Amino acid sequence: MELKPLLITNARLIDGDTPRPGSLLVAGGRIAAIDPTDIPDGTETVDAKGQWLAPGIIDLGVFATDKPAFHFGGITRAALMPDAGPLDDPGLVERAAKGGKPDLWVHPVAAATKGLAGKELAEIGLMKSAGARAVATGRTRIADAGVMRRVLAYAASLGLVTIIHAEDEGLTAGAVATDGEMATRLGLASAPAIAEAIAIARDLALVEETGAPVHFRQVTTARGLALVRAAKASGLPVTCGITPAHLFLSDTAIGDFRTFARLSPPLRSEDDRHACLAAVADGTIDILSSGHDPRGPEDKRLPFAEALPGMAGAETLLALGLNLVRDGHVALGRLFDMLSATPACVLGVNAGRLEPGKEADLILIDDGTPWQVDAKKMAAYAGNTPFDGMPVQGRATAMWKGGLRVR
Amino acid sequence: MTTSTIRPASDYPPGGDAFRHRHLIGIAQLTPWEISYVLDAAEEWVDLNRAGAAKHNDKLAGLTIINAFFENSTRTLLSFEIAGKRLGADVVNMHAAQSSVKKGETLIDTAMTLNAMRADAMVIRHGSSGAVQLIADKVDCPVLNAGDGRHEHPTQALLDALTIRRRLGRVEGLTIAICGDVLHSRVARSNILALTLLGNEVRVVAPPTLTPPAIERMHVTTFTDMDEGLKDADVVMMLRLQNERMDGAYLPSAREYHALYGLTPKRLEKAKPDAIVMHPGPMNRGVEIDSSIADHPTRSTITEQVEMGVAVRMACLDILTRRQRGVAGWN
Repeated sequence: MELKPLLITNARLIDGDTPRPGSLLVAGGRIAAIDPTDIPDGTETVDAKGQWLAPGIIDLGVFATDKPAFHFGGITRAALMPDAGPLDDPGLVERAAKGGKPDLWVHPVAAATKGLAGKELAEIGLMKSAGARAVATGRTRIADAGVMRRVLAYAASLGLVTIIHAEDEGLTAGAVATDGEMATRLGLASAPAIAEAIAIARDLALVEETGAPVHFRQVTTARGLALVRAAKASGLPVTCGITPAHLFLSDTAIGDFRTFARLSPPLRSEDDRHACLAAVADGTIDILSSGHDPRGPEDKRLPFAEALPGMAGAETLLALGLNLVRDGHVALGRLFDMLSATPACVLGVNAGRLEPGKEADLILIDDGTPWQVDAKKMAAYAGNTPFDGMPVQGRATAMWKGGLRVR
Repeated sequence: MTTSTIRPASDYPPGGDAFRHRHLIGIAQLTPWEISYVLDAAEEWVDLNRAGAAKHNDKLAGLTIINAFFENSTRTLLSFEIAGKRLGADVVNMHAAQSSVKKGETLIDTAMTLNAMRADAMVIRHGSSGAVQLIADKVDCPVLNAGDGRHEHPTQALLDALTIRRRLGRVEGLTIAICGDVLHSRVARSNILALTLLGNEVRVVAPPTLTPPAIERMHVTTFTDMDEGLKDADVVMMLRLQNERMDGAYLPSAREYHALYGLTPKRLEKAKPDAIVMHPGPMNRGVEIDSSIADHPTRSTITEQVEMGVAVRMACLDILTRRQRGVAGWN
């Protein structure tokens, strides 16, 4: 089916720090021109009525293909973590890659090791041919430094970035919270925050040796961020990300044993939270993602330590990201670098910016719409949001995937 | 033995305002006067319990109390059972080992099942911190926490406070050393909360591997040297050391623990001459406490703690069921 050319007029384009009035032409599923002068015959026109026109969000690291949530959140591409499955086999990867058709791009992330057990290399090359866009260690790190070194070198030779979960398994064994007053008062097993920095330090040494590109999916502590900052300054191929939870919540959120605030890595101290905000502002943190991990009551309506970690984050990602702009932590252009452009680079996809030639994954955003996060009324298949009840502003109102209107 | 004066009822707000809680989940929710209100109420039950053969009061006659214990317990379960029966209630015990919990039923489903049987109060022990709160949020009757994970064990802290008050005449302005495995202890957490709230200086004496992180944020001072920690203490409160902590992960061995942290007569000399020694039981004689101290007639309060346990639990069951029983002023 040949798509008709599409012209979005009367929009405010997000291709810099200030939304600017303009229009955008899509042809053949790609962005053909910004502020076009020649409009082909038969072009369909959409009046954006002054709303923001932005690249679709590329969510780097989700744990479920949850289309309603992604569509609500303006997410056009989701990089699916290998944990469900696990995605350690080309067949599974191929199936996962088709899981979004026709209205969502799913980019599977290959398991680094068989069964994510951290022992033997998985068939990374075959999985790449089957559609895998990156490699990941999953919800935990690879404990064995020898295995990790081989994974990094092997993935790098195939041109894939390795996505790392950075927590030392010895320090975090059995822990469900970060060491501190809150965990001690609640009587929860906790681990010191340095578990993150220790894991990052080891992997940075391996990166230095192998030259392999890595992405730390979530860096959430001052010490971890300092290591990443220094590594970037010395020119290592390192990026890191975070979710809104660690930017807007600290471990006080687990008070009353709220299992929706049980996350991995766990929520940190208020000092670490401020360090994360500073790292967003100074560019140390490259990517903002949702970590979308919907969990129903069977996983969450349990005693805190027995509940599974994770949050449904896809629907709140954009609105909470806009909070960062309103609070003055980042400029608007950089927010969309974190949400779209940089994840596109890590995954090696031709999208993530409003530029001619890019895939036409587009969203319209009404930046003024106020709404309230309500765990009981989420589009996601489970409403486990730690932001329940929070008033927020801004939401996606329309969405195109490769020029095809999906919302 | 000195006995402290019970405050007159006029010292407390009238009726239900004296204890404004539907459940007893933890000491963290209580105010100092609510604690002393419970202690005063318990004093009356001490007298009844000591009054010869007829130890029966029918205040709770016709009420059903379910003791749901998802974790093994002998003395706490027995203590709650006796407390309920002395008040005339019908007491039913549910042991997790015999229940559908083993068949994979979730905690909430079990709680809803018990709730549908229309219990008038539930006493719950569970191995996971926060589990009792989770149940309390879902059921219609008062819930008493008989211990949840490492979180709280409020009736133990109340009975300890009562024991101290009866032995030393007051439970304020004292120096109290809590010694042992504080990291894994709900008894320690509830006692720290209660004793600091009542205005005592609380010390935590423990090996660094068994000291909870940031515990000083609970207004205690920490010691790793037992002799220093016991210096001039009025109360030495020992904690039970679980056998599985001595396998090398937290502590090298039982004998090393005894050498460094065991309460011996020589060590006790560092405390005040009339200092009392407490232990929530069951004891590991020769590990955390020497037998000569545990059995000491004037300094050890260990059996008295057990006795106070029944009285405090009677007081808690009485107070928390007043609303259902339509006691005047409690609505």
